This record gives sequence, structure tokens and C-alpha cells, in this order.
Amino acid sequence: MIDRVLDERRLDGFDVQFIAIVAAILGLGVLSIYSVTYTQSGSLPFYAKQLIWIGLGCAAFVTTWMVDYHKIARLSYVLYAIILILLVVVLITGKTSRGAQRWIPIGPFAFQPSEFAKLVLILVLATYYAAAPRTGWMQRVLIPGAIMLPGLLLILKQPDLGSGLSFLAVYAAMLLVVGMRSKAIGIIFLFSLMLFPFVWEITWTSLHDYQRQRVLTFVDPNYDPAGKGYHALQSRIAIGSGELLGKGLYGGTQSQLKFLPEGHTDFVFAVFAEEWGFAGVMLLLILFVILITLSVEVALRAKDLLGSLLAAGVVAMLCFCAVVNIGMTAGMFPIVGIPLPLMSYGGSATVMTLASLGLLLNVKRRRLSLFY
Amino acid sequence: MSYGVSDAELGEVQRRLAILRLGLLLVVALLGVRLWYLQVRDGPYYRDLSENNRMRGVLLEPARGLIYDRHGVLMANNVPSFSLYVSMEDVKDRPALVAKLNGLLGLDPELIEKKLSVRAPRQLPRKIKDRLTLREATLIESHRLDLPGVMIEVESQRNYIHGQVAGHLIGYVGEISAEQLERSDAEELHQGSLVGQYGVEKTFDRVLRGAAGQKRVEVDALGHAKRTTVIEKPRAGNDLYLTIDVRLQRLAEDLLGEESGAIVALDPTNGEVLALASRPAFDPNMMSRELTGKQWEEIVQNERRPLTNRALQGQYPPGSTFKIVMAAAALETHTVTPSTPIHCSGGYLFGRRLYRDWKAGGHGYVDLDEALVHSCDVYFYTVGQRLGIETIASFAKMFGLGRETGIELPSERTGIVPSPAWKERVRREQWYPGETISVSIGQGYVTVTPLQMASLIGTVANNGVAYRPHLLRAVMDRTTGHLQDVPTVPRETLAVKPDTLKAIQKGLAGVVSRGTAARSQSTVVSIAGKTGTAQTAALRTGPEKDIPKKFRDHAWFVAYAPVESPKIAVAVLAEHMGHGGSAAAPLAKSVIEAYYTLSPKTPIVAVGTLPPPPPLPSGSAEAPL
Repeated sequence: MIDRVLDERRLDGFDVQFIAIVAAILGLGVLSIYSVTYTQSGSLPFYAKQLIWIGLGCAAFVTTWMVDYHKIARLSYVLYAIILILLVVVLITGKTSRGAQRWIPIGPFAFQPSEFAKLVLILVLATYYAAAPRTGWMQRVLIPGAIMLPGLLLILKQPDLGSGLSFLAVYAAMLLVVGMRSKAIGIIFLFSLMLFPFVWEITWTSLHDYQRQRVLTFVDPNYDPAGKGYHALQSRIAIGSGELLGKGLYGGTQSQLKFLPEGHTDFVFAVFAEEWGFAGVMLLLILFVILITLSVEVALRAKDLLGSLLAAGVVAMLCFCAVVNIGMTAGMFPIVGIPLPLMSYGGSATVMTLASLGLLLNVKRRRLSLFY
Repeated sequence: MSYGVSDAELGEVQRRLAILRLGLLLVVALLGVRLWYLQVRDGPYYRDLSENNRMRGVLLEPARGLIYDRHGVLMANNVPSFSLYVSMEDVKDRPALVAKLNGLLGLDPELIEKKLSVRAPRQLPRKIKDRLTLREATLIESHRLDLPGVMIEVESQRNYIHGQVAGHLIGYVGEISAEQLERSDAEELHQGSLVGQYGVEKTFDRVLRGAAGQKRVEVDALGHAKRTTVIEKPRAGNDLYLTIDVRLQRLAEDLLGEESGAIVALDPTNGEVLALASRPAFDPNMMSRELTGKQWEEIVQNERRPLTNRALQGQYPPGSTFKIVMAAAALETHTVTPSTPIHCSGGYLFGRRLYRDWKAGGHGYVDLDEALVHSCDVYFYTVGQRLGIETIASFAKMFGLGRETGIELPSERTGIVPSPAWKERVRREQWYPGETISVSIGQGYVTVTPLQMASLIGTVANNGVAYRPHLLRAVMDRTTGHLQDVPTVPRETLAVKPDTLKAIQKGLAGVVSRGTAARSQSTVVSIAGKTGTAQTAALRTGPEKDIPKKFRDHAWFVAYAPVESPKIAVAVLAEHMGHGGSAAAPLAKSVIEAYYTLSPKTPIVAVGTLPPPPPLPSGSAEAPL
């Protein structure tokens, strides 16, 4: 028995593999950011700022890794309350950029509560489900839905469609993992069908003009090929023209000609795909797949339901962001603002992602001890 | 809180997680397939699109708003200008290109090389030279076949029609700096954007700027435009109507000539600035261009500091013009009545030191009126001694000294209203009673700007109602063609009794009719004012002409006219020109007379009936993104 535990402790060595993969993806991200922004002026270049965010993210990573996740879970409702307050603060005093109000300025930097809200939602839902057996559909579906709703509405009001969808993805993943009876699924389906026109109405009217254009453009690619549909097309051209082996670092004409919008944030994947080609893209996807497999493994082998749910939530959120981001740059989904985890430039998203990975390894670590 | 679950339930959860994993891997596989289609199967097609059918994003720069004077005389507009760009992609033989450009335009080969080597993506054209003459542009175009990659672009250039006139006030534009780009209000701006860097151009940049549009240009392999799609039209900036009268402004600057100094003229009944002259000046046209390092150095290191707007950045001792504040303080605190006589024997003994009057032998017995008219120093030494420095400081502050007037220009200075607390804070020394005596005649630590003094004399003329001096009269909205209202100018009424102001106004009228500025009496209009001589060196002897110029006194004159119902207030400061009565007062008189005699060919019209603006300049300039 003791031997087995020690053996498994040695398996902690796999954390090295895990961390190496995270570091590799972060590195590719910084390289792409550097490549696309190296001609931009400014006191501190984007890639340098991203390195600072990664440093901060590492601190967050270590914190969420070391502190027992049961202790963190005990704080989850408090954290959720704080995030809700911050989201209200954003709506009142936040900094507006490109039509959306998402940031709270802190000195020269800006902090985006909606990013952290995703992680806090995982904590709250996992804590809720793990606290006691949940049997009725009321407890399984409606109450957690009600918990999620204020955060979701505040985020959609900003508007931040991407984060809002991530919220729904986390909720859906939790439901799936906790398990729903067919009756419950049927009720949710009917309920959603009834609510859909209202939600759609709220979402559609709260969207900015350019966002509506994007959706229309996606539904009908010929809607405005030279105008609003152009960003999507340019992103596709950037990725496609990378061909098998890519154009090489700094060689991406689409991104370097500043034709690709948001080359360092939401469209960093297109920059990467143009410069590294299909070979590079496959490498990146494999890195992500290994990361997903290792993470799901953590969820599968967690010692309790709380750990399992936390890990599942983190996996669901990261996968959702990665898939939707890559899918939108590749023209499979409409363009919604979602950063590519570990790759896109951005302080809040980088710190949040690394913190959630820390939480994941935390779950893995506790599994191995008999005495926690 | 309990997290206990049965093994069975945990097992169920794990089974579902396995399904989740399968789903996730499937989705990733789908992504991989999609990317295979995009990059490998359709890769050559997209490569074609990206290379042979290059779409270029081109910014459409908005036309910057025009600037007019109060009568609608154009002061700043935009003129087309040619710029030479080189697209590095199409340059095969670089030395040959440099040699040809050198041969055709006489450009320094080193300079060309430097500009070609700018760290930027290969595909972005490099700007080699702006402001080409039409002849140069034609020359390049006629050699086009020998110059692959060379392009002439028409851009818009800010043009200041009257050259140096009002240069300090209007300011100039320049390329946005890295720091400015970082600021949050720069969101619509980009590298290479022209923004106001000084003067009105800077203060009202957001109004003048407009918004850039963009178009997409499809170019063939040779870089020729095949198809252009305008995605967003640029929105022109709004036009400004300033309060100044360009004729008065020009006259004021001419009056100062080669001397250093400032003249400020304003309408005391509403705070509108009619002229704001500062000498030496600079040509904003030159500043708005790309200056060479040498030119910039010449301007910055010029000892006479042409970039300083002396009207609001020059801080000088007010000299005897400060006696206006002293008179108000003395009457308001009942330290004297207008008829209280004070004896002037030519000096004021305080402790062991004798403070001299400017007039040897003294003025004899003088009352307030006589003291102002003849600028008797001993009278004000005595009054100042009785008031004390704190009271003097509080009245100076009430009259707006020691703080910004709030005019819409950057970098206004406050001057100094000294007090014991100020001295303790700034110099870490205690206040000596003798210093109060110096301040009483506007010497010592007290300093003011010409704009503050114009505002002060205007407030006195306007019976104690102070308007914030301002430059903006109206804004013409380019999209609607409507004149926008300019917010009401803040005003405040000084806590000074009408009798006090009457007594001071009487004295100031006497200064011109029979006092220190008697030589500046006008036959056109009645003038009231106060002379001042600001000492620059503490101890000097001998006649003025024997003193090196840079040690000579500054000459002040603050005035208003007509005496009965003032319509113009003027402050003149002439550096190192000696006495206010002889050097500054004639200049003020000229400005005031001009205000009343200038040909009324463009009558002063009320806001709302301004002349219609000229038509928009056709087209907008373009700059490569």
C-alpha cells in the first residue's frame, strides 16, 4: 500500500511533462506576439508585457497549486460575490475599448473581471454540486443555473459574448458530468426553447453593430465580402496561405501588413498558422491534445467529487476557449471575442488560465496523499 | 461542508468524464481536418490570394478642421502635398535607386539609406521625403520606369496662412509620439497620425481631428491598384472660430518687432481674447514639417526662447502695475480713504534701510489718486506696511494672480503671489518685513504673466466682474453645418465695493491724462491705465542707456478704453525696454487705437450670424497604412 502511494508520488514527475507543454505553448504565443507587433511603437512592447503577465500567472499558478483546493472551495461563494461586485463596477466605471466596457483600469494597466469570473464560476458550481447529493432536477439544474445567471447577465451586458458563452460551456460541462436524467434534459430543452426568443432578443439587441454584422457575415459569407466580412476572410487567407510549412517567422504577409485585425490577441492563431504552416499547427494541436488528455486524467482520478468537478470545469473551459478561438479564425464559427488560452496577448486571460491550471495540478496532487 | 460521495456515484461521474474526453478529442480532430483543408488542400489558392492579389488596407486621413479668426478670416487650412514613398518589395537594385534619387532631387544618399533601413515590415512603403514641390513630383513621375518601387502620394499638409502671426496661439501639428499613442484617448489614432502638439491645435485636437476612414485596395504583382473599395469614409474635423482679430494680432506682433515681450488684448465684458502676441516668434509651418535635428536644435537652444509663449508662460515682476491691487486692498480694508494724505519725502525709512521713491525729492503730500497718477512709491510702501503681506497676498489672489487664468492653451504658468507660508515652503526661509515693502510696489518675489495682468485690468474696467479669458468663439460642425454653442464662459464678481473701483478707475484715467503715461494720450479714444517698470537687477546706477540691454528693466503698461464704458483691455510687457510710460504705453495706445480705427470691412458679427464656411476641400489625403 505504502509502496503504491510512493510509486504514484513518483508519478508527480508527469507534472514536469505537463508544465513543459504549458511552457511550450506559452513560448509559441510570445513568439507570435513578438512577430506581429515588433514594428509597433510604444514604451513597452507587447511581447515584454506578455512576459510580465506570464510571470504574474506563474505566481497565481503556484498559489492555486499549493493551497488545498478544499480550502479554496470554501471561499468560492465569497469569491463569486466579489466578482459580481467587480462586474457591476465595470459596468459603472469601466474603461471602454472598441465599444465594449470590460476593463477596470489600474494605473497604466487594465483588469478584466469577466476573465476571472470563468474560473470563479467553476469553483462555485463544483462546490455546490460536491457539497451534498443532488437528486431532483431543481437542485441539479435550476439552482446552479440561478447561481450562474447574474454573472452571465452582467457579462453579456458589457457585452462580452465570448466570456458569456464560456459561462454556458462550464455550466453545461458540469451538468454533463454530474449527470442528468433524460426527463431533466427534456425539461431543460423545452425551457430553453421557450426562453430562446427572449434570450436571443436580449443578446441580439445588446450586441454592438459590428458583432451583429459578424454573425450575419457568418450566416451568409457574401453578406459584405469587402466590408465587415473581411476580417474573417483575411484570417482564413492568413491560415490557408501558410500551407504545409508556413512562411516563417515574421514572414506572414497578412499579419505583417496589418491586415489581420487583433493579430496579437484574438487572431494570434492565424498569425501562428501563417508563419508555421500546417506542420506547426499540428504540433500546436498535439500539444493541446496532450494537455487535454493529461487534464481529463486528473479529473478521472481525483479522489473526490469536488476535485473531479473542478478539474472537469477547467478542462471544459480551456477546451471551449481553444476550440472556439481556433474555429472562428478558421471560419468554422462566427467571430466572437475569445482569446486562445496560453497564446493570446492579455493580462487577465493569461493569469486566469495559469491559475486554473494550477488548480488542476492541485487536484492531482491531493489525490496522491492519504493524509490531506 | 461534506464532499462525501459513494464510490458508485464517483464511478458514474468518471464514466461521463470519459465521454467528455472522447467528445473533446473528436472536436479537435475536426479542427485538424478543417485546417488540413485550409492549409494543405486549398493552401495554394489562399497563397495566391495573399500574394498575387494583395489587398492593402489604406487609411483615409480625415481633413483637419479649419481655424478662423473672429471675422471668419482663414488662419489654418490644409493644402495638398506630395510625399515620396519607396516600396522595398519592388526595389531590385538599391544603390542604383539611391543614386537616382540623389541625382533627381539632390537628396543626401546617407539620409535616403537611413530612411530605407527603417525597421518595418518589408511590405510597408517607406516615406523618404515629404513636401515635394510640384516640379519634383513631376520629375519623379516622368522617370517612373527607371524607379521601380517609387511612389508619389498626395497627402494633406497643415498650412498656416499668416505664417508667424499668432503662431504661439494657434500652435502646430506633428506626428503622434509614442507616449501619446499609449494614452487611452488615442484609440482612433495610429502611428503617423498628425495631432496638435502646441497651442489651440493641441487644446482642441479632438474637435479638429475628425475620424479616419479606410479603404481596401487590391493591387497586382506590380503594385498597381486594381480595385478600390471604400469601407468607411473619413469624417472631417470641425472648424474653429477663434475670438482673436487677426489684424489686431498682426499689429501687436509688429509693434513688438524684434524685441522680446508680449501684448494681450481682450474684451473685458466677456473675456474674449482679441490678440495674444508673443515675441520672438516661430513659423508654425516649419514646426509642422519634419524638422531636421539641426533645425530643432537651433530653435530649442535659441537663447531668446522663441517657443515660449510669453503672454502666458513669461513670469515677470508686475512693477507699479501691482499698485492697482494695493489700492484695492487699502480701500477695502479701510487702511486709507481716497483722500487720506501720505507724505512722500523721496524715501521710506524702515529699520536701517531707506526705500527710495523713483522720484528724487519725493512727491510731497499725496492722496490715493495722486499716488496712482504719479506712481508714488512711498505712498504704497506706507500702505503696504500697514496692510501686511497676508492681506496683500489675499487681494492679489482675489484678482486672479498666482493661479492660471484657465485660457484654453497648454502650459500656462501661474506666477507667484508670495506670502510667509509660500516662502517657508519653497525657500525654507522666514519672511522679512522689508520684503513686504518690496512687494508693495510689485518687486521682490511677486511675479505675474501678461495674460493675468490683462485679465486684471479688464476686471477693474468691468467694475469687478471677471470673465475667464478664452479663445474659442464658435465651432462649426462639419457634418451638420451648424454652429455649435460654446459653453458659457465662467465669470465671477469680485468682493470689492463699487466705490473702491470708482476711485481706482479715476486714478487710472489720470495716469494717461496727466500722469506717467501722459505721452500716450489718444485723440481717438479715452484711455486709462497704469505704467510699470519691473526691475531685473537689484542694484544699478547710472542712466538707462549705459546699462547693457539684458540688465535693463522690463516695461509694463496695462490699460483699457474707452474710460466711460470699456470695450478693450490691454497688457503690454516689453522685456528690457526700460520705463513703462515711455516704452510700453505707446504700444498699448496703438493697439487700442487700431481697435477703433481698423477698417470695418469685416464687421464684428455676433455668433450665430458668422459668415458661411468655404466649401470642403475636395477629397481627402491618403496615407498607406
